Amino acid sequence: MSQSDVTKEGLRGERPDREAMTGVNVPRRWRGKRRAEQPMVPPAEFTSYYGKPIINQPVWESPDIPGYLFLGGLAGGCSLLAAGSDLTGRPTLGKTVKTSAVAAGALSVVALVHDLGRPGRFLNMMRVFKVTSPMSVGSWLLGGYVPAAGVAALTALTGRLPRLGAAATAGSALLGPAVASYTAALISNTAVPAWHDGYPEMPFVFTGSGMMAAGGLGMTTALLPGTGPDETTPARYLAVLGAAMEIAAFERMEHRIGMTAEPYSEGKGGKYVKAGKLLAAAGTAGTLLSAPGLAGRLLPGRVRRALAAASGATLVVASAATRWGIYHAGMASAGDPKYTVVPQRQRLNERARADGAAGGSGG
Amino acid sequence: MAECHPVGFQWVMEAKARGATVIHVDPRFTRTSALADLHVPLRAGTDIAFLGGIVNYVLSNDKYFREYVVNYTNAATIISEEFKDTEDLDGVFSGFDADQRSYDTQTWQYEDAETQAASGERDELYEDRAQKASVSEAGRGEAHGSGGAHVSPPHTDPTLEHPRCVFQILKRHYARYTPEMVEQICGVPRDTFRRVCEHVTESSGRDRTTAWVYSVGWTQHTVGVQYIRTAAVLQSLLGNMGRTGGGIVALRGHASIQGSTDIPTLFNLLPGYIPMPHAHGNEDLETFVAAEGTDKGYWAAMRSYMVSLLKAWWGPAATPESDFCFDYLPRLTGSHSTYETVMAQLAGDCKGYFLMGENPAVGSANAKLQRLGLAALDWLVVRDFSLIESATFWKDGPEIETGELKTEDIGTEVFFMPAAAHTEKSGSFTNTQRLLQWHHQAIEPAGDARSELWFMYHLGRKLRAKLAGSTDATDRPLLDLTWDYPTSGETAEPEAEAVLAEINGFNGDGEPLTSYEQLNGDGSTACGCWIYCGVYTNGVNQASRRKPAREQSWIAPEWGWAWPANRRILYNRASADPDGKPWSERKALVWWDEEKASWQGHDIPDFAADKSPHYRPPHGATGAEALSGIDPFVMQADGKAWLYAPAGLTDGPLPAHYEPQDSPFPNLLYKQQRNPVRQVLPFKHPDNRLQPSGGQPGSDVFPYVATTYRLTEHHTAGGMSRWVPYLAELQPGFFCEVSPELAAERGLEHLGWATIVTARNVIEARVLVTERITPLTVQGRTLHQVGIPYHWGGNGYSTGDPANDLVELSLDPNSHIQETKAFACDIRPGRRPRGPARPAFVRDYQRKAGITEDTGTEI
Amino acid sequence: MSANGQRTVTWLPEIRTGRFDGALSGDADPAEISGYPDHPPRMGFFTDTSVCIGCKACEVACKEWNHVPEDGLNLLGMSYDNTGGLGADTWRHVAFIEQRKPVAMQDAGVHHEGADVLGLIPEGSGTPPEAATMTPTTPGAANDLRWLMSSDVCKHCTNAACLDVCPTGSLFRTEFGTVVVQEDICNGCGYCIPACPYGVIDQRKGDGRAWKCTLCYDRLSDGMEPACAKACPTNSIQFGPLDELRERADRRVGELREAGVADARLYGRDPDDGVGGDGAFFLLLDEPEVYGLPPDPVVTTRDIPSMWRHVGAAAGVMAAGAAAAFAAAVWGGHR
Repeated sequence: MSQSDVTKEGLRGERPDREAMTGVNVPRRWRGKRRAEQPMVPPAEFTSYYGKPIINQPVWESPDIPGYLFLGGLAGGCSLLAAGSDLTGRPTLGKTVKTSAVAAGALSVVALVHDLGRPGRFLNMMRVFKVTSPMSVGSWLLGGYVPAAGVAALTALTGRLPRLGAAATAGSALLGPAVASYTAALISNTAVPAWHDGYPEMPFVFTGSGMMAAGGLGMTTALLPGTGPDETTPARYLAVLGAAMEIAAFERMEHRIGMTAEPYSEGKGGKYVKAGKLLAAAGTAGTLLSAPGLAGRLLPGRVRRALAAASGATLVVASAATRWGIYHAGMASAGDPKYTVVPQRQRLNERARADGAAGGSGG
Repeated sequence: MAECHPVGFQWVMEAKARGATVIHVDPRFTRTSALADLHVPLRAGTDIAFLGGIVNYVLSNDKYFREYVVNYTNAATIISEEFKDTEDLDGVFSGFDADQRSYDTQTWQYEDAETQAASGERDELYEDRAQKASVSEAGRGEAHGSGGAHVSPPHTDPTLEHPRCVFQILKRHYARYTPEMVEQICGVPRDTFRRVCEHVTESSGRDRTTAWVYSVGWTQHTVGVQYIRTAAVLQSLLGNMGRTGGGIVALRGHASIQGSTDIPTLFNLLPGYIPMPHAHGNEDLETFVAAEGTDKGYWAAMRSYMVSLLKAWWGPAATPESDFCFDYLPRLTGSHSTYETVMAQLAGDCKGYFLMGENPAVGSANAKLQRLGLAALDWLVVRDFSLIESATFWKDGPEIETGELKTEDIGTEVFFMPAAAHTEKSGSFTNTQRLLQWHHQAIEPAGDARSELWFMYHLGRKLRAKLAGSTDATDRPLLDLTWDYPTSGETAEPEAEAVLAEINGFNGDGEPLTSYEQLNGDGSTACGCWIYCGVYTNGVNQASRRKPAREQSWIAPEWGWAWPANRRILYNRASADPDGKPWSERKALVWWDEEKASWQGHDIPDFAADKSPHYRPPHGATGAEALSGIDPFVMQADGKAWLYAPAGLTDGPLPAHYEPQDSPFPNLLYKQQRNPVRQVLPFKHPDNRLQPSGGQPGSDVFPYVATTYRLTEHHTAGGMSRWVPYLAELQPGFFCEVSPELAAERGLEHLGWATIVTARNVIEARVLVTERITPLTVQGRTLHQVGIPYHWGGNGYSTGDPANDLVELSLDPNSHIQETKAFACDIRPGRRPRGPARPAFVRDYQRKAGITEDTGTEI
Repeated sequence: MSANGQRTVTWLPEIRTGRFDGALSGDADPAEISGYPDHPPRMGFFTDTSVCIGCKACEVACKEWNHVPEDGLNLLGMSYDNTGGLGADTWRHVAFIEQRKPVAMQDAGVHHEGADVLGLIPEGSGTPPEAATMTPTTPGAANDLRWLMSSDVCKHCTNAACLDVCPTGSLFRTEFGTVVVQEDICNGCGYCIPACPYGVIDQRKGDGRAWKCTLCYDRLSDGMEPACAKACPTNSIQFGPLDELRERADRRVGELREAGVADARLYGRDPDDGVGGDGAFFLLLDEPEVYGLPPDPVVTTRDIPSMWRHVGAAAGVMAAGAAAAFAAAVWGGHR
């Protein structure tokens, strides 16, 4: 009942509307049969707002963004192979990977620009440099890397300006690993559960994947005429090493982040990831078979070269498949509120238990 | 209230912040219920049973405020011996004329006194009082406001024991409105009802007050006026009138509905609630005033109000010689309400029609009948923001689609005039507190859009120009009008303030008046609306005052201007006891100051400032002098609040529960099923078929009760909201609300389509299945109700079927308001038939229910 | 806009202050750190959902003032919510939730023993409407019903992920401590969108740029309150200096609990939460996820230092791997 008075002098005890209370003035008096009732279904273990996602799904599209992730890794790996080829005198391999590096690097930039809502404003990326924004860092990185890789490739193909070529090759080899790995930070630095929670392993998945792709690509030079069996040996090693690294890091990530990893094994993302793993395994097997030191001896050279090239190509595709898988898994985990709510709710409950306080204040 | 008046609801929240309990009585759980302490769902159309039950609780448990009741109400007044109650006549009152379907109210009078109504139908006793034979059928109209009384004080029994005193009659009348009966009729569980009774009574009396807030959920019934009367009875018994935190608050559908009855758009009223003269034989100003005016109270000065009005309209031409042009006023020959007008259109009698910001093709009951009426006109003028359904019915109305109308056969010439919005013109809104608030023009209207003021002024100007020099006497009323308002701007927009000044009134020297007490009956003053007199005091627009609350007292007298006399709470003398002391120190509004020998207070006292509480009128006193110091209801015949209305109502001195026109249930209280004098016979029409009710065979064809309403996101018939994308997207389409139980029973799917049908028409709506709609147990069976918002039509950005296609024409006999808030229907899954199959579908339902042209027209 | 002058400082501070190692706690003054030496107090919203009547005036006022486009007529079946959620074209969103729970002692008067519909919506009010036979409702007693309404908005986080990840500096911190997009700079890279832990900012179709609540930066600059707060009839949306709002909110939640509204709680008020506290915080009557809010949001850039460390390590491993590959080849005698 009203606590404010209208006295002869004026108002007493008025309060603003924002202090209104609801449902506190009428004591409930249930009839027995009402009181006895229980909920018809047990409370759901997780709820949401009409099943709507809590975070917004990325507007990044396929093939632009998964392609951008894949090409960065390929380019980075190729630049490393390029440097090694120069140092160990593998001109054929060198030419191939240098050309691939600049092509992949340039393509990844094209993909990035194409995905912008306002491509004409791409250069706004260069207004600032922000370490909190891997995309900003990456833009500057690519800004340095692509020209270097370009010069490296040109000089290699034309044979002109060898000194400059060497410097460019070295430069792109230094930037290469960064180009291959920063994209892992780029996607992890979001609220997308499957991406963010996997941030410790993601860079290793990406670099491993990049090594595999670059190695695989290098192996395809086996088809070029006059390529000696030893020409692609480092590429083979790099590819196998990369494949192993990608798979291992991925396994570790999935195992560590628990239910958040579901999208990596389910739905569209799951399919791509599975395909990536199978292809990687197959490619690796083929690589080992085609290795000159081993069973390769038993095979006629032409077949061995073909097998090597095929295995290499398989590994390149495997790398791409993994990136597409990661992309789609991220989209799925952003699209389902449970991947946002359940882990956060668990975190809160654990904290509450730790504090010994009653759980779920949510604030 | 939160649904339809969210801005006003802030004051409810403020009351809650101060501890007020909010109880929401509504068939649906709405946004208001969400913020209430207690929501009480009931069967639509049973509020009199519900309120009557509370009245019974108050009387049988002695919870009434005795000192208030004895002194300030007519509880003690003795009623004439001839009066017979519904108790004696099983549901009808004495004086019922079955052939005329009307009451002779003579037998309702006070004993040995003859009382004129403060409001409502004041013409009932014209013949006797004018000592003249009348040829008129009463034009029965909504009329709030003032009245007075004839002489000869009524007999009273202050002990309230006399068997024929109002109090005892009231007790007997409501004795049968028991909690059990309320449960059976309304579907409100007994314990819930008891809690409501307890809260209302505990929050009433000396130290506490309770307010009732209603809207068209009460008015739009065949017994709508009696709904509000029941609340008035209850509030008077509890001493909640004329006090802070008390009263009965009417929320209106538009910004200035109050204004449109003060300075009416109603056929039967002149400004300030002066009744419109009837076509009585040889009536002149004198006999009119003698018949409609009074000797006691403020209506005693009706002649002054009337003459001043005539002076405002016809200025120099209005002289004693010309009887102040009284004959220039049109005369009523009967009821000319909007619905009778529709029938007149169909009959070919009404050939032209103005629609100013109204969309009957969507917003009026039986919208189909409205459209058929429009199609029968010669010409139609539509003034609105956009091409509303009422302007395009001839090319894309539902009846074109069904083939019932053909564009080439429709002779109606439609003129569409784009209207200016309130931001594009200056003027005043009068809200439900009688508060005038001025709004200034913010921008020029776009294109050809013009204000109503511009339209009416220039229309009149052009008509006068056409008639200039005419010698025909029938043109004089128009030619003699004072039609000289200053205009400004390139659109020649008339000055709204000049109109306000005329409404306020001025004396012979053209000086603005400050109070209606200055008005004279000799032609020395002019005033366009006597109750608004003072709004232009000292030539200052009082309505445009906007002094912030924190800079003035809580009653905020300098915010806008309230009629009458800037008084914020009417009858506020009742906030003090008979000796003039506030009933409670925590409820002090106005009080008698012995030293100053005058009434003081926060509000402007609604009482003669120097009239002592102990004043008693000498015998034969007239006018205000005839009211004693304990007659707070100064506009009432006897200065008392009327628990029992001896006059003014066409359907009974006491509210009695009658079932709605179309109801699946019989009337448990009386043999009489429906309001016996409801207006139904004038509306016999193939497209206005009524349904069998109660136990009648065929009533089970329409087993559900439907009610129509508004949503926050839209405005009435949608003309102001369905064309606005920002509003349309918030409620993007026509839907109905049903309970999960009804959905299961009828196979309705959430977000699917439903077909809703009555004897009038069939419509389709998307379905929202929600627990906010609850089944009720009524008369031993489960009742499901269907909620239908009525905003939609075929035009605009957001479209849908008009809910009003379902509603029948059957009117409250006092206010001529349709029964939109409670009717029986059927609902089934799926979309409605298209084309000719649509009317066939309805006819099929009529056959199934055995409906004839007489069904439902029984007394 | 007036911010252009400060634009350069709006992105630098993260580096200047070492902000990116997650140092900025909620009590820190974002405007200060963003290079506004003397600036007005941090302004924000306190949205008290316990007095919201769901009139949606905030949604309309916001769109009117900010010229946000209308975005389609869709009857969603989510109670009276036909807006759906925040996005590029919805900067205020009123949520409607029907629950079989009472507000304190409120008696809803309804009775649904007859209906066994709840068994069909196991996730309660979290069920998508198209999967439910009725407006999704949280399970409970058949005679309980409450209708929660809540006006959601950009949280203007103390640690704003959208601002951190924006590679163009289009998103910036204003002198009022709020976060605003400069539409003349945004190139639509879309990075801010998945970065926001609340799903607030989004890309406008056909426009390509990211849009969100500006807390009416233009109105604030002219000393006016934001359009939504101005339009709110019951003061559910309260605007003012954040410090005052926090005090008021603490008082309010205490009074509500005392009065028996046991499940009243503040959301986004705590300066030590995962985003350093929200500039726009709420009083809720149920768990945040019921309203579509994350229960324990964390600004993703809190982990950026660790991310970079892992990236560095992975890059190193890659380089080493390549070196090893060649070394092995050489040692293996393949030149």
